[in-house]
Amino acid sequence: MTRETTGTAPSLTLSGIGHAYLGRTVLDAVDLSLAAGEVAALVGPSGCGKSTLAHIAAGVVEPSRGRVARRYRRHGMVFQDPRLLPWATARANIAYPLRLLGLPRRERRERAEEAARRVALDRADLDKFPVELSGGMRQRAAIARALAIDPDFVYFDEPFTALDVALKRRMQDLVIEAARGARFGALFITHDLMEAVRIAHRVVVMDAQGRGIAGTRAVPSEPGARDDGTVYRLVAGFLSDDPLFRHIHDIDERRTQ
Amino acid sequence: MTTARADAVLDRLGRVGQFLWSGWAGLAGLALFAALWQAGHERYGDFILPAPLATLAAGLTIAADPAAWELAGQTTLRAVEGFALAAFAGAAGGLAAGYSPATMRLARPILTVLLGVPPIAWIVLAMIWFGSTDGTIITTVLVAATPVVFVGVAEGAVTRDRGLDDMARAFGAGPLARLTTLGLRHVAAFLFPALTVALGSAFKVAVMAELLANTGGIGGALAAARANLDVAEALAWVLIAVTGLIVVEYTLVHPIRSEFERWRNAARPWGVKR
Ligand SMILES: Nc1ncnc2c1ncn2[C@@H]1O[C@H](COP(=O)(O)OP(=O)(O)O)[C@@H](O)[C@H]1O
Ligand SMILES: [Mg+2]
Repeated sequence: MTRETTGTAPSLTLSGIGHAYLGRTVLDAVDLSLAAGEVAALVGPSGCGKSTLAHIAAGVVEPSRGRVARRYRRHGMVFQDPRLLPWATARANIAYPLRLLGLPRRERRERAEEAARRVALDRADLDKFPVELSGGMRQRAAIARALAIDPDFVYFDEPFTALDVALKRRMQDLVIEAARGARFGALFITHDLMEAVRIAHRVVVMDAQGRGIAGTRAVPSEPGARDDGTVYRLVAGFLSDDPLFRHIHDIDERRTQ
Repeated sequence: MTTARADAVLDRLGRVGQFLWSGWAGLAGLALFAALWQAGHERYGDFILPAPLATLAAGLTIAADPAAWELAGQTTLRAVEGFALAAFAGAAGGLAAGYSPATMRLARPILTVLLGVPPIAWIVLAMIWFGSTDGTIITTVLVAATPVVFVGVAEGAVTRDRGLDDMARAFGAGPLARLTTLGLRHVAAFLFPALTVALGSAFKVAVMAELLANTGGIGGALAAARANLDVAEALAWVLIAVTGLIVVEYTLVHPIRSEFERWRNAARPWGVKR
């Protein structure tokens, strides 16, 4: 039932990834491997290249160096901003990847509504355009869009940063629930260590200059089984005792200014 | 499912009603214009400015004449042919320029030159090249209308949301799928206003070119009216040209455009629509 880190083939393997924007190197020699069904949280200071890495892994950006091996069937992606088509209704937006897959209209509609139900989007809201939806509803539509294609891997790039605390928690629970229910693996980028510890099997810390992975820490027990006390204790322990997380703390202070 | 369909039908009827209702505002504007015209008539007399009703009567007399329909049809055909060519050339060029910065850099000076040459110069050139034929009119219309479409489409293509492009790529969309599902849909919102303007200028330039090149059509009829110093007839022809333009705009351009702009209207609070 639960994920097996040993024995099964990794679902995603990045080897020797390097990338440069206009001659400026932002990533160098990044190696990362995710087990099938594993949810890994990728943390690191802002600007260290987390988004670039996720874009490369998802095939949005061609890396300058290195190889990406994807052993999952199909991935979805959720971005920091919802990235909905402004001219299409929420339903059509959720169905957009299904349209790219060339599914018939009827099936697109059914699967979009099913995905919307999973993220608790009201049926009545599906006929609205993105401008008519609240920020939380838009982000839920973006999550539903990623889930609609029935992915076995999902990339999340700081998806809940713009949401308020209560909504953020609900969205995190939703992802934990969806990952368990559909048993997809995920690369979940976040700058919030609390979020990382709640959601993931493993926390991966990226080097502050994008030169590889600084280190990884397994999070005890399963996502969804950790209560708030456990999460607080784990995060406090990471921040006070673990040198790996020193830079995360620095950046968090800078971000709040 | 049937309720959803009924809702959709109701929604569409509602929008048609809203569209017709907006016609009242237009009618009020026209009435004001007619009143000013009447005032001008009473001030300056019949010879300079015939009364609007007299012009309307002259227009109706012309409209009852099948020969006049032929003239109007001739002008319309030329304007629409030139417009269609301009729409095609402008849209293709604008897309290329919007997607490729190198093309844009090449196209910009050419555009500046094209826009800098006065339309009248094009008419003279076209008359030398094509003589008094359809070709003269269509070429002039093409040159006058293409830049408008080009600029509109290029602006649309440049302002496309690259975040959406990345999103589509993340879900496996190739370049063609991205162009058809994102690029063209975004550009359409810029294309339609540009087409409206282009169609208007196509008609106006066609009439002007006909008048100067003496190639029949509404322009030719205007030239004849001027030769006879028949102001009422000249105005009546202008009235007919404008009516034709308004009909095309409100039966074709506006409905298509409002279909594309539905989501923008959705964002507006009640009462502010249109
Ligand atoms: N499209 C781009 N063009 C040029 N530089 C970019 C682009 N995207 C990101 N960068 C730069 O690459 C670095 C890493 O960015 P990013 O991957 O977004 O970091 P993170 O997601 O960790 O905050 C940053 O310094 C950023 O300025
Ligand atoms: Mg980022």
